[in-house]
Amino acid sequence: MSDKELWPEGVQRCSLKLFIAWLAVIFAVLAWGVYAAYVVWSGGLIVTGMDNYFAFGLYIIFDLAVIALGAGAFFSGLLYYLIRVEGLKNIINLAVIIGFICYSGALLILTLEVGQPLRAWFGFWHPNVHSMLTEVIFCITVYMLVLTIEFIPIILENRKLNKIKFLHHMAHNFHVIMPLFAGVGAFLSFFHQGSLGGMYGVLFSRPYAFREGFFIWPWTFFLFILSAVASGPGFTMLVATLMEKMTGRKLVDFSVKALMGKISGTMLAIYLVFKYLDTWAWATGILPRSGLTFSEVFYGVAYGKWLLFSELIVCGLFPAILLLNAKTRNTPWILYSACTLVGIGVIINRYVQTAQTLAHPVMPFDRWYVYMPTWAEWAPSLAIIAYGALILSLAYRYLPVFPQERKLNQA
Amino acid sequence: MVLYLKEFKIKWGMVIDLDRCTGCGACMVACQAENNIAPPVDASNKRYSLTWLLVYQLSNKQPYPNHDVAYMPRPCLQCGKPNCVPVCPVIATDKNQEGGIVSQVNARCIGCRYCMAACPYHARYFNWHDPVWPEGMEKTLTPDVSTRPRGVVEKCLFCHHRYMAARDKARIEDRDPNALAEGDYIPACVEMCPTGAMVFGDLENPEHKVHKLSKSPYAFRLLERLNTKPQVYYYSKREWVRKQGDNYLEHETVGGV
Ligand code: SF4
Ligand code: SF4
Repeated sequence: MSDKELWPEGVQRCSLKLFIAWLAVIFAVLAWGVYAAYVVWSGGLIVTGMDNYFAFGLYIIFDLAVIALGAGAFFSGLLYYLIRVEGLKNIINLAVIIGFICYSGALLILTLEVGQPLRAWFGFWHPNVHSMLTEVIFCITVYMLVLTIEFIPIILENRKLNKIKFLHHMAHNFHVIMPLFAGVGAFLSFFHQGSLGGMYGVLFSRPYAFREGFFIWPWTFFLFILSAVASGPGFTMLVATLMEKMTGRKLVDFSVKALMGKISGTMLAIYLVFKYLDTWAWATGILPRSGLTFSEVFYGVAYGKWLLFSELIVCGLFPAILLLNAKTRNTPWILYSACTLVGIGVIINRYVQTAQTLAHPVMPFDRWYVYMPTWAEWAPSLAIIAYGALILSLAYRYLPVFPQERKLNQA
Repeated sequence: MVLYLKEFKIKWGMVIDLDRCTGCGACMVACQAENNIAPPVDASNKRYSLTWLLVYQLSNKQPYPNHDVAYMPRPCLQCGKPNCVPVCPVIATDKNQEGGIVSQVNARCIGCRYCMAACPYHARYFNWHDPVWPEGMEKTLTPDVSTRPRGVVEKCLFCHHRYMAARDKARIEDRDPNALAEGDYIPACVEMCPTGAMVFGDLENPEHKVHKLSKSPYAFRLLERLNTKPQVYYYSKREWVRKQGDNYLEHETVGGV
């Protein structure tokens, strides 16, 4: 038994047996996540580590992190379709698929996060135009639709499907209008990445997160956009590399990877300039005005200064230098390590913005609490990773994701 | 993002005398009973409890014999510039009615908890469980207050149903419902306070006690410098108590006296 006719033309894939065994592993993790979802829906959020102090927890941190890492989709799309950076042609399909996974995954997690999931549509029906969250709800949903539209032509290019004339034409026509969707996607992404940052920046009574405004936006709005576009392309490249390691085949040329690294490094450098300014303005302006000192907003290991140091230096300045320098960037292991650090940096940022903001006692007689996620939060998060692995595995096996694969693997 | 300060002709507010409060907790009990807050399923973790009004203990942190404590009841402070209102994506909470009470519509809240993240006073509570009353206790429920299902956020509303009742009564008696006299409308906690530490009224009305008290140099509001402009004032002649009302850096002097 083989499914060879479904593979893209001229490529090699593992045996169907091995593939099914791999899928079984994925489904096991997925099943655990689905069970956790059932427990959360039937028992309520009491099964999570959230409480009256920690209104947001791992669900939100995970969502913010995957949405930042999924930014490779919109940013690569913007660079390829609108600015015409040709090299990205060879990785754009993967970027779109990762974006699709990250956004749909985040939306799935969000259904667990809200206390009244059946009312989630109220966000569209009774929107509060002043709320950053309203902007997030609208933009993420619409962008999810755009990503789906961008994913469809890739699916239609499956060898079997593409033989059907109608689908063939449809795929072609989708391709023609893709720059339009890339533009719409970039616009939407810009706003919701920003609004996610704005969500924290407007908390004027939480000095850890509060930032001053630039027009109607707090400047965390722009910091979130910049940090997302700095980490997204690197993450896309890392996923391609991971897939290469797992399949034992070359999928994208190293020059493309280095290009992604260069994009990440450049955006990271721009981001860091603003992030350093922001940190300085926050420490010398916002904190003392709220009656707080720099040291006071850190606590223990869970909320220690080491996080800030790691975010700004180890996962910021250090990889930025490595990625901007052509010599280090063109050394594979350094490129991969640097992009991994950038990804970790953005995750730390989303963690502190969420957990530390809420943990920090604003009232002088209040105290710090440490947030610990429970299995009911880890399981759905891992399940989303498994869900991503599932989509990527199916896409890699049956869809022409990597245009260079055939050429790169010719003996 | 609009961080607005809405002004109201009537501004219901409280002045709580922290030198009188003994921390007995009668206000908390009265609040729970009046507002149909179900007994906790498991009271071992206070971070899952629903206590619209919570009494905090403040300490001057001095060793004996100079040690001193104060008790600070904290309802929702009905901020003049509430951070919880502009963040709510569905307008389930709003400050739009004469009186300046920050409303909370349970039937519209989607339970995103963004308002909890925004409130620095921990005045908002999430319903972790569906409410269950021990048999017979359901007879003690207040008919004018809706019960809340699991998954929505709730908070103190200054016993808003009592405000409505007071207005209705005034209308029936042919008085102006917008000119309630002192004592026509008071929340359950204020009514129950045995030491008279809690005073309630219209902060804008010079005939109400709270108006004068709130202007006292001994009056302060919690976290004044964050500019949330609460409608709840605290009052204490003890400097260290006033000092704990906000974060003061070492070189800073306390506002007021
Ligand atoms: S105390 Fe908290 S819940 Fe009450 S109005 Fe102010 S911000 Fe909102
Ligand atoms: S929890 Fe309810 S009231 Fe609070 S912000 Fe969300 S929808 Fe609004």
